[in-house]
Amino acid sequence: MMVMRGYLPPLLAKAASVLPLLPLELAARRLLANAMAARPSFARRLGEYSGRTFAVDPADCPFVFLITPDEGRTAVHMARNLSGAAYDARISAPLLVLLGMIDGTYDGDALFFSRDLMIEGDTGAVLALRNAIENAELDPSSVLGLPKSVCGPFNRATEVFFDDLRRMLDAPEPSGPNRKAYPA
Amino acid sequence: MNAPSTLRGPELVCPAGTPAGLRTAVDAGAHSIYCGYADETNARNFPGLNFDRTEMREGIAYAHERGAKALVALNTFVRAGAMDIWKRGVDDAVAAGADALILADIALIAYARQAHPKQRLHLSVQAAAATPEAIAFYRDRFSIARVVLPRVLTVEEIARLTAHAAPCETEVFVFGGLCVMAEGRCMLSSYATGKSPNMTGVCSPPSHVAYRDEEDALVASVGGFTVERFSKDEPAGYPTLCKGRFLADGTVSHLFEDPVSLNAIELLPRLAGVGVTAFKIEGRQRGRAYVAAVVQAFRRAVDTMAAGRKIDVAELRALTEGQRDTTGAYKKAWR
Repeated sequence: MMVMRGYLPPLLAKAASVLPLLPLELAARRLLANAMAARPSFARRLGEYSGRTFAVDPADCPFVFLITPDEGRTAVHMARNLSGAAYDARISAPLLVLLGMIDGTYDGDALFFSRDLMIEGDTGAVLALRNAIENAELDPSSVLGLPKSVCGPFNRATEVFFDDLRRMLDAPEPSGPNRKAYPA
Repeated sequence: MNAPSTLRGPELVCPAGTPAGLRTAVDAGAHSIYCGYADETNARNFPGLNFDRTEMREGIAYAHERGAKALVALNTFVRAGAMDIWKRGVDDAVAAGADALILADIALIAYARQAHPKQRLHLSVQAAAATPEAIAFYRDRFSIARVVLPRVLTVEEIARLTAHAAPCETEVFVFGGLCVMAEGRCMLSSYATGKSPNMTGVCSPPSHVAYRDEEDALVASVGGFTVERFSKDEPAGYPTLCKGRFLADGTVSHLFEDPVSLNAIELLPRLAGVGVTAFKIEGRQRGRAYVAAVVQAFRRAVDTMAAGRKIDVAELRALTEGQRDTTGAYKKAWR
């Protein structure tokens, strides 16, 4: 059976379940605001899907992000689970894999084909989000809002850290093409 | 107009679905990139993809500064009464500095040739020109400089067509998603969803694609038609009617064959030997990680071949997940 790869150790996930959501939500809002400020065309690229709500669901974590990207204002909420939550599409994968999609380490299609990523709901919205993220070329320093002078060394150090972590947690290899593709 | 490629070996034509994808492809060694506007004028009209006017100008400039060419695809068929959208696309692409326009609609080709006599024009695979007579018509009537051949031909057929097409160049797909239909003439997506690559630029439009988890399988549908069930132990795919798995006479099977990726790497020397000018990589909808890996590998292969050395086929095969790929129709009579 094909299973998602790159899960955080269960102990870590359990520890995360006792964290209060509010500080996490505030941090997530800050990071997303940094990213949107660094890439102002992001929401425009979503086109008709701007304003839709995406449930970003780290499969190995006891929380879910509900993100509504929009030009001008992007809303972020966190929840313990999705029961009762309204959303247009859900994207689920281990946290490390989701992070790897943000910085272009992974090809989203390849992850989906290899069953390392699951989507549900409005497929058009998911594709629009994936393509907007791809075009944003986000890196750790822009998400954290760091000054330009430290971006290079910081990004390189982060890359090494995540490479090691991916290997340690048996996450998918950074992508190559996959055997099944979009209509040609 | 119609100046032949000046490269020593075949030209590597690479996908650029977004401005970031364009930069990735160019940096990875693409000789040319192909891209399109974010509207119904191009056959990859997926949400979040493609270029606005400013992005197109900047993208083409980026390619030119690094010695790469930019080919702009306006390769859908014009909607009745909406010719101006396509004409504007042609005019804007020419003004942006496109090295060639990739066109399919005969009226749009006529317009482009008349309005921009010096502009290099390529015939899209969507035009489905697969006979010497059809290619000769486009070449002689509109000075088409290159024709992109359908993916349903054998190498022998490509050889004959290439010989007849001269001085018009030929371009063939060598890697990526494999369309098993006569492109430009396929109505399956229209039948299921009312939208098609031919008119609206989308085959199996994502707005009509749905996945649902059932107990033992991921079920994929298009326009309400279930076309595939992926069991838990097999890779998933994007559902298209032509690549679906169906039950007929008690047997479940694909219509043509298992829809693995096209990988014609082992055929590059033969294709170049019969005079094919350009090798095209499919995948404007794929991520930067994919584009970088495939373009780098194919550029190495093309350079190796141009230097007269043997291509490392295994290296490229390793890029396909599970080492599963196909040479498609190139090595067999498929139809």
